[in-house]
Amino acid sequence: MKTSLTDGAVPEQLPPASPQPPEKKDGKQDGKLSLYRLLLKDRFATVSALVLVLIGLTALIGPVLMGDLATKQNLLFANKPPFTAAYGWEYVLGSDSLGRSMLARLVVASRTTLSVALPAVAVALVIGSLWGVWAGFHRGWRENVSMRVADVIMSFPSLLLAVVVLYVFSPSAANIVLILALTRIPIYLRTARAESAELQSRTFVDAARTFGAKPNAIILRHVIPVVLPTLLTLATLEFCYVMLAESSLSFLGIGIQPPDVSWGLMVSQGRQYLQTAWWLSIFPGVAIVVTTIAANVLAAWLRIATDPAQRWRLALPRKRLIARIPVKESKP
Amino acid sequence: MLIYLRKRIVSSALPLVVVIVGVFALARMTGNPAALYLPLNATQQMRDDFTARNGLDQPLLVQMADYFGGVLRLDFGQSLRTGQDAAVMALRAFPATLQLAATTMVLAVLLALVVGCWAALKPNGLADRISSFISMAAASIPDFWLAIVGIWVFAITLGWLPTSGVSGASAWVLPIATLLLRPFGVLVQIVRGSMVSALSEPYIKLARSRGANELRVVTHHALRNAAAPALTVAGDLTVGLVNGAVVVETIFGWPGIGKLMIDSILQRDFAVLQAAVLLTAVAIFALNILIDMGYALLDARVRPVTAKA
Repeated sequence: MKTSLTDGAVPEQLPPASPQPPEKKDGKQDGKLSLYRLLLKDRFATVSALVLVLIGLTALIGPVLMGDLATKQNLLFANKPPFTAAYGWEYVLGSDSLGRSMLARLVVASRTTLSVALPAVAVALVIGSLWGVWAGFHRGWRENVSMRVADVIMSFPSLLLAVVVLYVFSPSAANIVLILALTRIPIYLRTARAESAELQSRTFVDAARTFGAKPNAIILRHVIPVVLPTLLTLATLEFCYVMLAESSLSFLGIGIQPPDVSWGLMVSQGRQYLQTAWWLSIFPGVAIVVTTIAANVLAAWLRIATDPAQRWRLALPRKRLIARIPVKESKP
Repeated sequence: MLIYLRKRIVSSALPLVVVIVGVFALARMTGNPAALYLPLNATQQMRDDFTARNGLDQPLLVQMADYFGGVLRLDFGQSLRTGQDAAVMALRAFPATLQLAATTMVLAVLLALVVGCWAALKPNGLADRISSFISMAAASIPDFWLAIVGIWVFAITLGWLPTSGVSGASAWVLPIATLLLRPFGVLVQIVRGSMVSALSEPYIKLARSRGANELRVVTHHALRNAAAPALTVAGDLTVGLVNGAVVVETIFGWPGIGKLMIDSILQRDFAVLQAAVLLTAVAIFALNILIDMGYALLDARVRPVTAKA
């Protein structure tokens, strides 16, 4: 998350009519600092960023700390209720029907969940954005064909598509990443195309053309830096969607397969014990919700913070900014 | 209007065809159903017979041509599992999903219109805060988990509602509540946004200055113009509702088309899967056309421009 924050700050500091080089550098430095300061000003955004960093760290080093605790069975401690330290610290969040520690399993599952969601978002972001910017920049048939492709992918329920594909090609983590990326590419494609179609008629792009810059160079140097903040905000939002999609797939039994464990799979596995051991289903779901809410809040903040026209709102000494979920009108 | 409609029909038909061909090809790749339907000790001869009888030994293109020929004659093939007509099975499951989806969508649109208008009248007021909170929740909570929490709280702990099944009105509450959250969360923000901008238009000032009361201003003048974007998004959301229906139908044992599709994928029941997918795709296609028509009827600005183009 940290990188996307700082990256998001860079492009907007490059106005089309660029000032002298030394000043520009100062401006950049200033932009980064003030974005960080803006983040601290918004309590909700700060907490969300902290939560995400914490979850990231958990996924990164948590499984190592937990060792084999997540797979160690102990039938003496089966289905122990949570919120008591009577059975040792590892059973603070209870245990499942085989006496495995819920805490350890949640920590291990966080790595699986993130290692599917993050690559899927990254793949879709890179492919969708480049494709969309390219299509929007050239207009004409390239744009039309791209939009039709996006329509085709979007017009069919993505979950069903994933179900069919994962059934054909065994449900490995790599395949889940690919199918999730595939179904989400149109989102970036549409956004990037719209922005770049608008940008390619602007004066600074015309100027670059007049100087004889090649289309690809213009896209790389002039169009992408302007589009990037929007796309990164979108990616933060998409992270939630992809995480929910992965957990839905795992829940239906065609996502992550045991003995691997993801949050969605844990909800599914706990479902049959709902009457006797509610914590098996409820806790992994809470983990999902906390992560997605944090990402959503941060995305809402990021959208405003990276928009020069709206940025002043964050500088106001208001108690808090009501976080709003941006909903793009997706019909072309 | 007719030209506009024809253009929309042609542009929506392409995805329809691609989806059907794609599902056909993908479904064939899931493996030979002979392995699943014949006993383990079946001889190679029996396997070959089974394959040939169901036309699975022919090249993919021939199978596809056969299938589309059949579709044109309204023959959708038979279920490998039950031997019934695939179209009959799909059509039997369809109403259950349609009722669920239609009720959810109508409720979502109505609620979103009411709450969205209310929120737009007083930005940052109570309704605005509540609706932002719900939207945030809608984008963050996985529907299967919400369903499970619902079952846990209302069915198991409180015992007010049944855990699954379709008998009685109370069985509808949890599935609809689960499905409702996401479309409502998205729609309410759209309605709010377009109402806020509609309310600042000159024609609203005019209506107010001529002494129209607030209710009439909102319902007759602002809402009419603000409803169009919500309608478009509602169409997109319906596609997403099928996603939700698969999950919700699986959890609540709802005998709908989502459950039928999951079951037929897992059991390699190609004909049923294709019939179900075809039916869903056609339903979505028809819905999009209806929405485009409604859009043109609602918003006069759309009509002449697109009709000329």
